[in-house]
Amino acid sequence: MTQRRPPRVVMPGPVEWLRDNLFSSPLNALLTVLALFLVYWIVVPFFQWAIVDAAWSGTTREACLARENGACWPFIIQRIDQFIYGFYDLAQRWRVDLTLAGLAAGLMWLTLPGLPAKRGVGAVMLTAFPVVAFVLLVGGVGLERVPTERWGGLIITLVVAVVGIVASLPLGILLALGRRSELPVVKGLSVAFIEFWRGVPLITVLFMAANMLPLFMGVSVNKLLAALIAVALFSSAYMAEVIRGGLQAIPKGQYEAAAAMGLGYWQSMIFIILPQALRLSLPNIVGNFIGLLKDTSLVSIIGFFDLLGIAQAGTADAAWATPNTALTGYAFVGAVYWAMCFSMSRYSKHLEGVLASGEKR
Amino acid sequence: MSGNGASAVEIQGLNKWFKAFHVLKDINLTVARRERVVICGPSGSGKSTLIRCINALEPHQEGKIIVEGVPLSEEVGQVEAVRANVGMVFQQFNLFPHLTALENCTLAPMWVKKMPKAKAEALAMQYLERVHIPEQANKYPGQLSGGQQQRVAIARALTMEPRIMLFDEPTSALDPEMIKEVLETMVELAETGMTMLVVTHEMGFARTVANRIVFMDFGEIVEIAPPEEFFTNPKSGRTKEFLGQILR
Repeated sequence: MTQRRPPRVVMPGPVEWLRDNLFSSPLNALLTVLALFLVYWIVVPFFQWAIVDAAWSGTTREACLARENGACWPFIIQRIDQFIYGFYDLAQRWRVDLTLAGLAAGLMWLTLPGLPAKRGVGAVMLTAFPVVAFVLLVGGVGLERVPTERWGGLIITLVVAVVGIVASLPLGILLALGRRSELPVVKGLSVAFIEFWRGVPLITVLFMAANMLPLFMGVSVNKLLAALIAVALFSSAYMAEVIRGGLQAIPKGQYEAAAAMGLGYWQSMIFIILPQALRLSLPNIVGNFIGLLKDTSLVSIIGFFDLLGIAQAGTADAAWATPNTALTGYAFVGAVYWAMCFSMSRYSKHLEGVLASGEKR
Repeated sequence: MSGNGASAVEIQGLNKWFKAFHVLKDINLTVARRERVVICGPSGSGKSTLIRCINALEPHQEGKIIVEGVPLSEEVGQVEAVRANVGMVFQQFNLFPHLTALENCTLAPMWVKKMPKAKAEALAMQYLERVHIPEQANKYPGQLSGGQQQRVAIARALTMEPRIMLFDEPTSALDPEMIKEVLETMVELAETGMTMLVVTHEMGFARTVANRIVFMDFGEIVEIAPPEEFFTNPKSGRTKEFLGQILR
């Protein structure tokens, strides 16, 4: 008996591809033309502004004034230190560099596939690294103190975002479990907490934390610490609802099977329910992280010069008064935020694939 | 942990309500050690609810349930003590989809009995061999057929080395060609002398394996009889009607 060969797959040529994908019907053809037109209308002028007509060299605003239809990159280049460190003491900036390098190395180790000992590295990143980072950034143990008022730029953004992310996930899990608890007190407190924080705008919360609490309670709290706590509590309420959605998608049979084998509440949560629920909620969890990262820009309201705050401060500086300073600053900050958020989004996509590969339902 | 007397399960005056609906009405049933009891009846008759009361997946409102000498009560630790003696197999398998077949089997021994991993794995492999699927040990439930999943579920329950096995319609969610492999596994288990309570519509299995058949209808035990008598000479009219529908 002869074996049948599979039918030959004919690779479509460029013309066929265009016809199949872009011009398959009159409506699609129209949409394609419209989209191309939009691209031409928006992307080309932006490219013209950001690259072709932009000022690239020079150290003062004169260089930018000479190219009035283009971006003012010398503003960014001259102030890049401020965008990263804020007003952190010049001589101490190596400490920030070291912290950022440690964070980057840890994250890369954890996210790049194929590297060994991820569990160990993860444990170090969650236990030892925060302590070391705290000492490095704040000072103490022989290091000169750098008051948090002098921090700014990327470090403020990253500190608030990373602390918020790391704190809100476990808090959110506990709150979500609490909200589904059969114990009325636990359930009531969780619901009250979640609904309180979801009901107030973050700006209000930050403002209260930084200004009202010290006023009312007569204690002076470090403003950054207050902001960190506020952001962590605020985002944990949102996280709780995302995770609750995942928990509700787990069939009752999973709980019953775990109970029938004698697993206790925490054992069934940790080994059976949460791994499945977190996987289901992963896209939304990362969505929350991304929202949180962008929301950190609100700390500028309470007087911090985060990434966005530095850009705004720069645009108000007479030394850099040009028609394009503000636009360039916002474009740059936007690009930095976008790069961070997009990386998170891609990594979450990758993680979904990895987690789904073994377990095909 | 040998209880008093020779009975594995003792149920006295059991009553249960779902809200106002009286699901179990004054149930009395004693199951001896090594006995195999099949519970049958029309859907909604309370048969699944009855065996789910035995390992406290369902709470009951009135009556006494004593499992291997341990009374089911609100007292701390009693439910866990009973569950340690009772394995359960579900209609929908309820395997943990994020764990391999082997991990499904080792989880409870490792975390409930605090068994070292290597020992738990050896034990799990022993039971996976017993249900004839050791070669599937490292596959995820989603990669197995329904019959294979149910056999993993049986192995998973057995790794806790229970004294009693509860089966809640174990073949009802299976395609016909898979039913046989699961029933054969259950027959083999019966031959080892395991105490079994099986809710099923498989009358062939009931006839050959059961010591006694319990017929339930509207939350009551209508009739309890050995298979021979149950099939050839049922006493109750309701039993006759049910058998007439199911046997044909």
